[in-house]
Amino acid sequence: MEMLERPGALSIKNVTKVYDPEGVNVKAVDNCSMEIAGGEVCMIVGPSGCGKTTLLNAIAGFHSITEGSIHLDNQLLCGPEKPIAPQGADRMVVFQHGALFPWKTLQENVAYGPTVQKTLGAKEAMNKAGDMLAEAGLGNFVTRYPGEVSSGMARRAEIVRALINDPKVLLLDEPYRAMDALTKQIMHEALLETYDRTGVTIFFITHDLEEAIFLGDKVHIVTTRPCQLKKTVEVKIPRPRSYETQSSEDFRKLLVEVNEAVHEEAVKAFQAGERELA
Amino acid sequence: MANTKKTVLASLLGETTLVRGISSILIFLVIWQIGALCDDWFGVDILGIGLVPPPTDVFIAFLDVIPKVGYWQSWVASFSRVLTGFIVAMIIGIPFGLLLAVNRYFRGVFFPPFEILRPIPPLAWVPASLIFWPTNEMSIAFVTFLGAFFTIVINVLGGARAINISYLRAAQSMGASQFDLFWKIILPGTLPSIFTGAAVGMGITWEVVLAAEMISGGGTQGGGGLGFFIWSSYMGGSLEQIVVGMISIGIAGYLSSSAIRKIGYLLMPWKRLF
Repeated sequence: MEMLERPGALSIKNVTKVYDPEGVNVKAVDNCSMEIAGGEVCMIVGPSGCGKTTLLNAIAGFHSITEGSIHLDNQLLCGPEKPIAPQGADRMVVFQHGALFPWKTLQENVAYGPTVQKTLGAKEAMNKAGDMLAEAGLGNFVTRYPGEVSSGMARRAEIVRALINDPKVLLLDEPYRAMDALTKQIMHEALLETYDRTGVTIFFITHDLEEAIFLGDKVHIVTTRPCQLKKTVEVKIPRPRSYETQSSEDFRKLLVEVNEAVHEEAVKAFQAGERELA
Repeated sequence: MANTKKTVLASLLGETTLVRGISSILIFLVIWQIGALCDDWFGVDILGIGLVPPPTDVFIAFLDVIPKVGYWQSWVASFSRVLTGFIVAMIIGIPFGLLLAVNRYFRGVFFPPFEILRPIPPLAWVPASLIFWPTNEMSIAFVTFLGAFFTIVINVLGGARAINISYLRAAQSMGASQFDLFWKIILPGTLPSIFTGAAVGMGITWEVVLAAEMISGGGTQGGGGLGFFIWSSYMGGSLEQIVVGMISIGIAGYLSSSAIRKIGYLLMPWKRLF
């Protein structure tokens, strides 16, 4: 596979986001730059409330940016003349708390994108959704409502719902937060399997450092608010990775490296929180 | 779900909710009977309800009114008033609430007067509507409508505003048009609140219709409604018949809310999880 030709390259240049420019002036993101190659798994790690989600929202087109620009495959998403990116199926978000529509079955949820985009007829969309869910191991649950399945299954279905739209970038905002370690492990294996199959670019926000290293090609550590790129750690552990990878010496070394950088920021974030309360 | 093990308590109380419901009603009736007759039996009014007619007497009074056309006309009159007011309130209230939720200009213009009118109890509208509307029937329907309208609107508005923004964002990212967003996301997302509003509104409608019937004298047709039925029983001094009227309203209200629950069950299959 020619690495350079893969779609889904994100270029984030000097992005600044100030909330409420007239009023309180909270700078969520400050002059943040990142280059994400097409087909790369890019993990964003940083303290809580540091502005990672703001960055994701800017890429997805949910929020405007104040300065800077974001390009997807050399096409401008948002920039000085165009502060808010258009929302589009080329960038699919998997939300922090899950956003499967509770009133639709898993299959209907997955079929939603192609149906409203009219890329497929209603029946074909349902068939494709059923096939893709089966491929993700959810074949027996296609007629279930999201409230009837476990959070792990719901999250897998949500990723399928994103993938059916054939996105260039998958934006994940702490999708496995609050899952137990065993479920997480299964989720990671499923995501890696999906990645190996699709090669989609993954922009993944997390607090879990082991998750970041295990899944990522690169781990971007960002500072506490305002969010800036602090350090990038390249994960040179070959794929496919398995859970044994986590006990390897390389993995441990990377973990220490990432941990040091993150810890510093976490302390800063904590102290800033104390100042705000004092 | 069907293979739940029966506990001793469950088998004592019966397996089905129907059996449980019937037994609790029977127990209630027995206590009522004893309470009502204590004074006669022991000379002491233990439960303090000695003046209330016992269920047996009420039952006899019931048998008495059942063959009478007027009683059933009261049912029909009250039910049609409730349904008229309620259905009109749903037809106007649901779109109105949704518009308040999705359009901030609309909200800016219509929400303030709505909020000023909302705290006025429906019954406070009775005198004004008796003067304003040409017939008694229309006044009652109007007051009934108000009873349900405000509750429905406030629930629809709250429900639509509380829809998880991630649903809207996800739908938009997947290419949903404004039309899709409204019909496929906002409307189903608000449906549970619509039904909450409908259930509460239906209860208020029955309260209002009864009071309005008592005040207005029940209109001019053969049956004056269940409210008027109670009122005329009171005028005629028939305590048993008053209770018959009250129980009739209880049954009517129960039938109405069951109907709403049934419709909700059919329309919201994803809510059948429990």
